[in-house]
Amino acid sequence: MNRWLRFLPLLVLAAFVAAVIWRLDRPAEEQIPSQLVGQPVPSFALAPAMPGKAGLLSAELAKGRPRMINVFASWCVPCITEAPLLMELKRQGVAIDAIAVRDRPEDVAAFLARHGDPFLAIGSDPESRVQLALGSSGVPESFIVDGHGIIRYQHMGPIEPGDLPEILREWEAAK
Amino acid sequence: MIAETGLAALWLATALAALQLGLACGLGGEEGRRVGTIRAVALSQALLTLFAFGALVMVFLDSDMSVKLVAANSHSEKPWIYKFAGAWGNHEGSMLLWVTVLAVAGAVVALFERRLDERTLGATLGAQAALGLGFFAFLLFASNPFERLDPAPLDGRGLNPLLQDPGLAFHPPTLYLGYVGLSVAFSLAVGGLIRGDVSPAIARAMRPWVLAAWIFLTLGITAGSYWAYYELGWGGWWFWDPVENASLMPWLAATALLHSVNVLAARGGLRAWTMMLALVAFSMSMVGTFLVRSGILTSVHAFAVDPTRGTFILALLALYIGGALTLFAFRIAHVKEGAPFEIVSREGALVANNLLLSVILGTVFVGTLYPLIAEALFGEKLSVGPPYFDSVAGPLALILAALMMIGPQLRWRRDKTAILPRWAPGILVAIAVLVGSFILNPHIGLLPRLGLAIGAGLIPASLQPLLGRSLRRTPLAVWGMALAHLGVAVAILGMASDSAFTREKLAAVRRGEIVEVGPWFVRLQEVMPVAGPNWTAIEAELRASTGSGLTVLKPQSRFFPSPPTTTNEAAIDTRWNGQLYAVLGEPDGQGRWQVRLWWKPFVTLIWLGGILIGLGGVLALVGRLLRERRQRIRGEEAFA
Repeated sequence: MNRWLRFLPLLVLAAFVAAVIWRLDRPAEEQIPSQLVGQPVPSFALAPAMPGKAGLLSAELAKGRPRMINVFASWCVPCITEAPLLMELKRQGVAIDAIAVRDRPEDVAAFLARHGDPFLAIGSDPESRVQLALGSSGVPESFIVDGHGIIRYQHMGPIEPGDLPEILREWEAAK
Repeated sequence: MIAETGLAALWLATALAALQLGLACGLGGEEGRRVGTIRAVALSQALLTLFAFGALVMVFLDSDMSVKLVAANSHSEKPWIYKFAGAWGNHEGSMLLWVTVLAVAGAVVALFERRLDERTLGATLGAQAALGLGFFAFLLFASNPFERLDPAPLDGRGLNPLLQDPGLAFHPPTLYLGYVGLSVAFSLAVGGLIRGDVSPAIARAMRPWVLAAWIFLTLGITAGSYWAYYELGWGGWWFWDPVENASLMPWLAATALLHSVNVLAARGGLRAWTMMLALVAFSMSMVGTFLVRSGILTSVHAFAVDPTRGTFILALLALYIGGALTLFAFRIAHVKEGAPFEIVSREGALVANNLLLSVILGTVFVGTLYPLIAEALFGEKLSVGPPYFDSVAGPLALILAALMMIGPQLRWRRDKTAILPRWAPGILVAIAVLVGSFILNPHIGLLPRLGLAIGAGLIPASLQPLLGRSLRRTPLAVWGMALAHLGVAVAILGMASDSAFTREKLAAVRRGEIVEVGPWFVRLQEVMPVAGPNWTAIEAELRASTGSGLTVLKPQSRFFPSPPTTTNEAAIDTRWNGQLYAVLGEPDGQGRWQVRLWWKPFVTLIWLGGILIGLGGVLALVGRLLRERRQRIRGEEAFA
């Protein structure tokens, strides 16, 4: 066997260890940054998802004040775990609108009656069109849109207690 | 009290591992170096570790919530079998299982190994003790399974519901037995390199361990693949997920080692290469465990991430693998190369087998780590998925399978006889299937088509070594080889059939509506809520018929409240000619339910093949051990 070839496995090991140390030193970000952050909200006009609430128009979002948009559904189990945290965000002054995906008015009303209602306006998205236009693949998902209608932040999956500081920071930044 | 006793036993075992290493290094003088002394130490160390593991199982069965690990991973309401399995269904417990198997394997070597001279055996046991010592330290300092919690919580935090599955409860231990079996091959190689003596005796000592480890890995991977198939509900059987690759890489290395160790044992050849493979096989086990446990790579198998632990295992890994590879680099020149051979010979074919397996191993290794490398070097985030692995590993695996049709038909050292007639059956069958498939179904992809042809050709070719022999006098090891190769053929046929003929249908259906998939008509009969011991679910009743028979499938969407998780339980109906696979999706709010259906002809052959491969390994192992025993008895009689 060639003299130098014998050291090749050691070299591979060294490269592996170096790459891993680099990663341990700089933990990966958990989520891929959204392509939509920095983009304007796609235009849409959604009918109210339940009686007694306004529907959701994209034009309403660009009126100088930031909004959070929560994409949810009454049939979505993780949305239940997220509900108390949305109430907490509302308590802290975050203005939250919602898009109810493939849902029925009576189900939405029942869901909000049981788990709390943090929402100002709720648009109904019966065929997931707006959800897909927003680049959202599942429920729940949350966006922060600034006063000019530009998406500033996207959170995939249910909001967990540990996420609140980051969301509040993004909310302040979008003001 | 039980927990403290367990911890004390663990400390004592650690001390004994240190003692064993010291004795092997000659700190105890000539008397301490004697195998009799080391043997007693190794045995006590194994018994103490077993005791500690037993203590952990006890606290889990008792649901002793004052032990932190139990509180974090168990629940008093859980069925007892999952309490039992919960003992190793978590990081600390699985590491304790790992060192337990390591210590027991070391004791078995110390007690029963008779093929090696005393010095080499001593060096091997020293290496095994060094491995044990590092992992004991890791347990005691970074992953203490017996840590108490004060005050104790009222109840535990449950077990990951995805892991609440009888198959999976025994899946990790099977893989661990495989990984740790390879540690013995590693220690033997280190022992041989230290002594500068790489003889066929070492290969013979290594062989049963490699075989046993390989059997466990084969069965573990087969079971894991089936688990992912029915539990993840994606209809696929292999996802090239980092954690799957972590178990595949040691298997590839062990498969190569399994073949090259035979060349060394039988012909005295391939010495350096076999030692290298023995080091690589266990190194891959450690790399795999590290990747899985450190959370370095994102995977569907989520485990808790702890940077301290990651650094600790990485240090161990660098120390052991680095040390062994350095030893290899400096000592291998002292190892004499064995008997020469020509390219067209059994050895030649086995070298080709080894090269192909190594290239596949390299491909999987690079593919698994590439996202990490790309981000470190170019700051680019990407993921390497099935397209890469399928298109690189697929053709290589097919070439390997084609080689399997001709390799076992060759003679040792050199083959000058007429070989074409011996190759004819396999090649003719393969060509016939290839031509037939073009006539019957011109729309299959290239790889699946070649898979069908080579898989079919491999069936007669793998049985050929049994031909022309008196079957009763054929050694079990040859039966084992034939069976294992037949298993590969069967598995390849299953994979090719799955990718060539699967029919898939995704539909939103109301009650009473009918969906057609392949030869099946499936009707959504009813959707209703059901409840289990610690979950609630929505269950669909699907009535499927092919005209001849009727079957009912009940896929579920399960919700576990503690911790809150939703899982999809696929419903699978197995027929002799394939599986009907159904998954229940979400309702659309207008009375329709998403239903996903697959008809997968002959997909079960994949796992049947895996089981056959494992059984072939068992036959070979039993055959080798019985034959050695007979020879030893005969040898002792000759002396008497």
